[in-house]
Amino acid sequence: MSKKATAAPKKSTGSATSAESPADAPVNRSLSKVERIELFRTMVRIRRFEERSLRAYQGKKIGGFMHPYIGQEAVAVGCCSLMGKDDHVITAYRDHGHAIAVGMGLNEQMAEMYGKATGCSKGKGGSMHFFAPDRNFWGGHGIVGGQIPLGIGLAYGLKYLGRKGAAMAFMGDGAVNQGAVHESYNLAALWQLPVIFVIENNGYSMGTSQSRSSAGELAKRAEGYNMAWDTCDGHDLYAVRAMMDKYLKLAREESKPAVIEIRCYRYRGHSVADPDNTYRTKAEIEEYRRTKDPIQTFQQRLIAAKILTEAEAEEIDQAARAEAEAAAEFAEASPFPTVENIQQDVYWEADNPAERKSQGRLFFD
Amino acid sequence: MPAITYREAIRHALAEELERDKNVVILGEEVGQFNGSYKVTEGLLAKFGPDRIVDTPISEAGFIGMGVGASMLGVRPVMELMFWSFYSVAFDQILNNAANVRYMSGGLINCPIVIRGPANGGTNVGATHSHTPENVLANHPGVKVVVPATPYDAKGLLKSAIRDNDPVMFLENTILYGNKGEVPEEEYLIPLGSADVKREGTDLTIVTYGRSVLHSLAAAEVLQKEHNLSAEIVDLRSIRPLDIDTVLKSVAKTHRVLIVEEQKPFASVGTQLTYMIQREAFDELDAPIHRLATVDAPAIYSPPVEIEQLPNPQRVLQAALEIFN
Repeated sequence: MSKKATAAPKKSTGSATSAESPADAPVNRSLSKVERIELFRTMVRIRRFEERSLRAYQGKKIGGFMHPYIGQEAVAVGCCSLMGKDDHVITAYRDHGHAIAVGMGLNEQMAEMYGKATGCSKGKGGSMHFFAPDRNFWGGHGIVGGQIPLGIGLAYGLKYLGRKGAAMAFMGDGAVNQGAVHESYNLAALWQLPVIFVIENNGYSMGTSQSRSSAGELAKRAEGYNMAWDTCDGHDLYAVRAMMDKYLKLAREESKPAVIEIRCYRYRGHSVADPDNTYRTKAEIEEYRRTKDPIQTFQQRLIAAKILTEAEAEEIDQAARAEAEAAAEFAEASPFPTVENIQQDVYWEADNPAERKSQGRLFFD
Repeated sequence: MPAITYREAIRHALAEELERDKNVVILGEEVGQFNGSYKVTEGLLAKFGPDRIVDTPISEAGFIGMGVGASMLGVRPVMELMFWSFYSVAFDQILNNAANVRYMSGGLINCPIVIRGPANGGTNVGATHSHTPENVLANHPGVKVVVPATPYDAKGLLKSAIRDNDPVMFLENTILYGNKGEVPEEEYLIPLGSADVKREGTDLTIVTYGRSVLHSLAAAEVLQKEHNLSAEIVDLRSIRPLDIDTVLKSVAKTHRVLIVEEQKPFASVGTQLTYMIQREAFDELDAPIHRLATVDAPAIYSPPVEIEQLPNPQRVLQAALEIFN
């Protein structure tokens, strides 16, 4: 049982953030200049990719829903930069940032959104359903909170198979009121599964603010399950890494679950379908952009530390724009799946007829 | 061949697969220390230990979803639902996650999970505990659905289900658990999607599955003795994949069809069968396809009336005779 679980029900700061600035935490101090620049580059790539995606959506190249991650980049990049080979990630539908952070290519993601056969799911999943099991990225899930039981399943699987690793199960602040999330908290704590529940609290579950949707402090609900919990500033990449490093170690080494609430902000609407004019002010968005932007903040820190120059930052930005543009061109040039492809990837057996053991019809008309 | 119960047949299948593959794990409510709500898993905890036989809290969405997630990593969970009726609280995990994850990942992720438990009426437990969701499940491409009627079928089909790389929904029956039947001692598998002709006949094909197979067999005896009508009983055993060829072959022989199912009639398994038979064997039919289902209402509690709500030998007999009148 963690100290946090037995402490009085008030938030206490984690050791990584109390004694020292997050930037000085060992996990950040040990970063080389090149590694710091790569973290910066990944955040920039996410933002430029998403901006390009939004233009493609407005140009009717992309259908359905798309949930921009813009403003929250430090969360996915901070968390996923800590992944070892046996660490796993699962998230909800706002999944582009995590996909890029685990190393998925922009081409396959853009092509997926364009509904092309070259997409990461062959055009069968769309924006909300990116997957890369070879990078321990298990989606990309459309139902609020529905991915969280799968996340504890990854952790259970690791434990059952005797692998040293942990799962990070991401959700938004709107997911914390779903029953499946609470069932997962209970099972994770009951069986001491190596999972970190990461609440990306951007303040709004769609158009409903936290104060209008959730009672009490979100992560503190972990106390009811005797689970450790903590919060951190999601605009600060170093803070995210310092916090997550501590709890990932506890998960990997002692199989201890935790709930971590990372406070962040999205600049765009909930999805492309959200006109974003009903539940918050433009001034609020501008204030965040001006004072807390995770990329700008990190850029200034790197420049101040003489790790990066303005010119180099500009170069990285231009390269990210060019990469996103190239991804759009790749997607545009790619073929759509065919009608024949519709019934592929439904059943393993149907796709592997030589190894099929069952008989009879699998599909109907 | 020794005669064992349906319950024992399932238990033997579980034990053999646990023995064969260390990735197989059983999870569910009361499967371990309690020895199973219906004693299906009795003794498995003592033999295989708590890592392989895992008691879960009453938390179907949580533990079924956990099993789905674990199966993506290569574990082969066999999840017990105390009643299939409880699938409704895990619906999102079964039919959004397990059914869709292979498709939405473009074939990158598999979900080799088995979800098993009883799905039947007839035990006076009312509407909440008497669901037979095989039609609902089979409506979701990506899952397979199996409904065994006999101990022999239950064992052979469950072993195949556990080795299957797709999610398999395995629907048992509390009333059948105590039924005995011959089961060979040596290992055998029954492929999913293979129907079985449980009785040969020439005048009428009764297409059925699950406990209704037994009602149909009983009715067929009366049809033979008292009405000189010879009914062929086709037990589907598996709803998806579906062995329609065996059905059509029988239709070509008898030219008359009665479908018997413990299902609410609207958009049932029988509805699908009716469409397929008329589409693919229209010229073989000498009479309209007839169907006997559960009387269309939530499951009634009242014990003597519930018997009349469900298919039973008398109702099957009447429905069969209606085809000839």
